[in-house]
Amino acid sequence: MSLLPKSPKARRRLMLVLAIAPVLAIAVGLTLWGLRGSISFFYTPTQAAAAKPPPGRSVQLGGLVEKGSVIKHPDGRVEFTVADQHAADKVVFQGDLPDLFREGQGVVAVGAFRDDGVFEAKNVLAKHDERYMPREVADQLKKQGEWRGGGAMPDYEKAERP
Amino acid sequence: MIAEFGAFALMLGLAFAIAQFVLSAAGRVRRSSVLAAAGEGAALASFAGVAIAFAVLMHAFVTSDFSVANVAANSHTEKPLLYRVAGTWGSHEGSMLLWDLALTGYGAAMAVFGRSLPRGLKSSAVATQGLLGVVFLAYTVFASNPLIRLARPPVEGRSLNPLLQDPALAVHPPFLYAGYVGMSVVFSLAVAALIEGRVDAAWARWVRPWALAAWSLLTVGITLGAFWAYYELGWGGWWFWDPVENASFMPWLVAAALLHSAIVTEKRGALAGWTVFLGLAAFSFSMLGAFLVRSGVLTSVHAFAVDPKRGVLLLIILGVMAGSAFSLFAWRAPSLNQGGVFAPVSRESALVLNNILLAAATATVLLGTLFPLIREAVTGEPISVGPPYFNLTFTPLMAALILILPAGPLLAWKRGDAHGVAQRLWAAAALAVLAGLGTYALVSPRKAFGALGLALGAWLIAGALAELAERTRAFRVPAAESWRRLTGLPRGAWGMTLAHLGLGVFVIGACFETGWKAEAAETLPLGGTLDVGAYHLVLEKVSPVEGPNYDADRGVITATRNGAFVCRAEPERRLYLANGQTTSEVAICDRGASHLYIVLGEQRDAGGKPVWLVRAYWNPLAMLIFAGPVIMALGGLISLSDRRLRIGVPKRREQAA
Repeated sequence: MSLLPKSPKARRRLMLVLAIAPVLAIAVGLTLWGLRGSISFFYTPTQAAAAKPPPGRSVQLGGLVEKGSVIKHPDGRVEFTVADQHAADKVVFQGDLPDLFREGQGVVAVGAFRDDGVFEAKNVLAKHDERYMPREVADQLKKQGEWRGGGAMPDYEKAERP
Repeated sequence: MIAEFGAFALMLGLAFAIAQFVLSAAGRVRRSSVLAAAGEGAALASFAGVAIAFAVLMHAFVTSDFSVANVAANSHTEKPLLYRVAGTWGSHEGSMLLWDLALTGYGAAMAVFGRSLPRGLKSSAVATQGLLGVVFLAYTVFASNPLIRLARPPVEGRSLNPLLQDPALAVHPPFLYAGYVGMSVVFSLAVAALIEGRVDAAWARWVRPWALAAWSLLTVGITLGAFWAYYELGWGGWWFWDPVENASFMPWLVAAALLHSAIVTEKRGALAGWTVFLGLAAFSFSMLGAFLVRSGVLTSVHAFAVDPKRGVLLLIILGVMAGSAFSLFAWRAPSLNQGGVFAPVSRESALVLNNILLAAATATVLLGTLFPLIREAVTGEPISVGPPYFNLTFTPLMAALILILPAGPLLAWKRGDAHGVAQRLWAAAALAVLAGLGTYALVSPRKAFGALGLALGAWLIAGALAELAERTRAFRVPAAESWRRLTGLPRGAWGMTLAHLGLGVFVIGACFETGWKAEAAETLPLGGTLDVGAYHLVLEKVSPVEGPNYDADRGVITATRNGAFVCRAEPERRLYLANGQTTSEVAICDRGASHLYIVLGEQRDAGGKPVWLVRAYWNPLAMLIFAGPVIMALGGLISLSDRRLRIGVPKRREQAA
């Protein structure tokens, strides 16, 4: 007991620090661990071609749905191409696309590249109506000089692969 | 003419808010009760002005007055009346007006109900609330005025997003905002306490009812939002750790911590500085929420479209208000009373641990929400942080909180008896372990995490009941005596028991649903079948129906279990005519507290024959996820009706003494 400070006030402070320290350490540890594992990067097809994310790593792929590229299979599979000015990636998705998914418009596909280079989407985000476009898509398209929309910010609709 | 009248009333509201601030502040400085009373009168007038403006906007929506720009952009004559009313707060501008209405409303309530507050404290608090009113009203009037006219009104409006045309979502913002903005009263009282340099038991007692009311309303608001996301979005989920959801969850967590630390301040005079800090933090998180939701800086499923300039304005408001409040805190907090001494094992310690865990949980949510923003600002690479992060960081902290929760109320103040508490809780612990093991053994497939979560929920419920048994000395005195004690319990005690019980119900629902939900999706022709969980679904037919402002395909799907008829589900896929948007209308079959959840997807062509994408989810005990928070909010409201907590009581007791 001799190590404990004598005054009750100081003792209480010590107790408080002793109580807070482990919780804080655990919280920081979990946070760093969690961030390491669940950050997902955003790429346009051009950037994805340059960055070459390893197959299986969760990323977001954003761009315009190429006109005429959408194939809806009767078994629920959908194939389409997400493109920017310089590159295009084939995306496969199993399930119901967002109600506002349309050709020629911006989407964000969340998923991972397969070994064969095809992007397998777990989610597809599409904009809510004519005015909106996912922010990342808008930013990247602006950078690439392909911006052709209004100024409003995104409003997503999401479809998740069951 | 009437829109101009509303705009004028809004201006008057702003003018009176300025008067409220100046008069109350002057009343405080000069110690003049006349000036202070004038300031309170101005608070009422400011509320009246905003209320008139709000009524005018609602009138414009109900009558479809498309000469008002906001109405033209967000309403449509064919929209049902409920959604025309709800359209009032459906847009950014309207929701800011709702925010102003709540803010000035709370200011007026403080002026009216705060009769027993010490004069100086009250004047400072009313002045602070007035300043908040000035800032947000100025923002509304100059940057987001909902009552601006169009030079050339259109014949028809643009309509409200059909996803938002839903009863739960129509009433969701008023609850959410009443909760969000209720924290402003706590904020004002905290600032006033810092100015006065005095935080004591009486102050904590004044703060608690406001915090309790705001927290309860926020609980209802968040639950309504989660419920809406569950049945309207059609993804089968109820919480997505989306930035917009986190924005309302963070003030909730802080307010929950505040409610507990205020008890320590009230009963033992300790943690005064920390309680004040939480009071400032709660409303700062509310303002952060407004900024996050309305700025468009975050990628969110629910984010609302706004131009970023207004987001920056909101950020400046947040920075200045929170920054100056926390500076005041840094300056004045050391002078606050430090309070009583307590042993490591005591109710104080349990509540301190509760606060540490809630604060740490809030910090992880905050970091996960803001990290993508910060990282993008630094590196320029857009990223997102997904649910795995939140599940990994938030869940263990909450599990720790749940473990200590039943022990807290049983511990004595100042110096608790750990051994005695263990004796009182062993039955609850045994029950929880049995429930967990039983679940693990009986529910297939075996899921260790689900069983663990269920055990935690059972521990909370059994712990709350054990605490109730302890208070009534059940099984140790004659039943009649216990009954007398039970009916004589203060409402505050009932409120706490219900709140802890509700959390247990929620935990059980959330863990069970997450652990054992089943899902299936397939494209079905007419007569096609789909199995989900123990249920067998048949797509009987799909026929067109006509709604008030939409056309729909309505599917008829029958569900059977082991050959026995269960229900006939009629999910719809709607096309809203005003803006060409399609939505899915989920069909939910209730099976006790569990749900069979069916979505009709788009039609596809399979060799000349139509097929439909049908998705189905088996969500066991899903209803508990929403029932739990409702029980918690009910607990809060029952506590609020406790006579001891009534705002006027401390003063009257002082007079009697």
